[in-house]
Amino acid sequence: MNSAEAGLPKEKSTFNTKAVWKTFWILLCITVVELIIAIIYFETGFINKHLLNGVFIVMTLAKAFFIVAEFMHLGHEIRNLIMSIAIPACLFIWFLIAFVWDGNSYHTLRMRYDKYYNEQSRTKVQKTENKEEGKKPGKE
Amino acid sequence: MAHTVPVGQKWWSGGKSPFNVEYGKLMMWYFLMSDAFTFGAFLISYGSIRFSSSSWPNPNEVFKSFPVYGEMTVPLAFVSLMTFILIMSSVTMVMAVGAGQVHDRKAVMKWMFFTILGGIAFLSCQAWEWTHLYHEGAWWGRNPFLNIDGTQSTTNFTNYFFTITGFHGFHVFSGVIINIIMLIKTWRGDFERTGHYLMIEKAGLYWHFVDLVWVFVFTCFYLL
Repeated sequence: MNSAEAGLPKEKSTFNTKAVWKTFWILLCITVVELIIAIIYFETGFINKHLLNGVFIVMTLAKAFFIVAEFMHLGHEIRNLIMSIAIPACLFIWFLIAFVWDGNSYHTLRMRYDKYYNEQSRTKVQKTENKEEGKKPGKE
Repeated sequence: MAHTVPVGQKWWSGGKSPFNVEYGKLMMWYFLMSDAFTFGAFLISYGSIRFSSSSWPNPNEVFKSFPVYGEMTVPLAFVSLMTFILIMSSVTMVMAVGAGQVHDRKAVMKWMFFTILGGIAFLSCQAWEWTHLYHEGAWWGRNPFLNIDGTQSTTNFTNYFFTITGFHGFHVFSGVIINIIMLIKTWRGDFERTGHYLMIEKAGLYWHFVDLVWVFVFTCFYLL
């Protein structure tokens, strides 16, 4: 069954090599910038880590947008299809906030009521040089 | 939007395809949505556990090795190579889809071949990384790395790392298999007979999705 029989408009080639390479360069640039920032942070710690994480997440979402819109061609489909993907994807907003919030709450409770955990999370330890030691089962 | 839609076009009154794509392609999109939520559940569970922990190992410390060169001074170099390979193979996949739209069988085969090569390169890199971490003492259930603040870390870090990158690696693996099947079908001329290369587009959607997931895995494990 070809596209005409499937009741679809005869496919005009919407393919654009230039747009693909542009997307490629955008993705590559964002990734390189992310790495440079990560390495500078590792060396100097110039910025608040939470702020930096926000920057990384925004850059990741930008990359995701370009992959979905250009590589997966969703940006060139009709609105019905775009919405049928984009609206369910909004569930992730609730999903992420709810569960991360829950994790944070668990941390707060543990630090307040679990004395052992609280103490452990402030006790520095030596790295076990003996690798066999680290392989023992039951070792935390 | 590629297609200009007449004003007042009634998409839902019957007689036309309301999404303007072929059935299989639409179903691939819906499958990818469900797969996105599977990955999302993994990654959000990881985020939840990370938020419930006081501290976490430093990715720059853990992922600093490169094959042949051993301990490089530049952290994350190897994983950026892996990212580059995957983005590059996404580009060759788009090229294959583009060649399919103009029924250029030779070009489709060429680009599919490069895409498969990229996928195999990525899997090899991941195999090396896993082997390296294994020899450092990391595996499911054991974690030789300390937290960034010098406290004892739990096995949550390694469990999540191996589970999620493993699940992603399995997707890459199945993507490579699908692409190989597509290459064979192109070579046999199956798509010339059916009159369209839509199967290449569907395989392409899956392949780009694997790239998309890697973008999130990369951020969650190596940057945050």
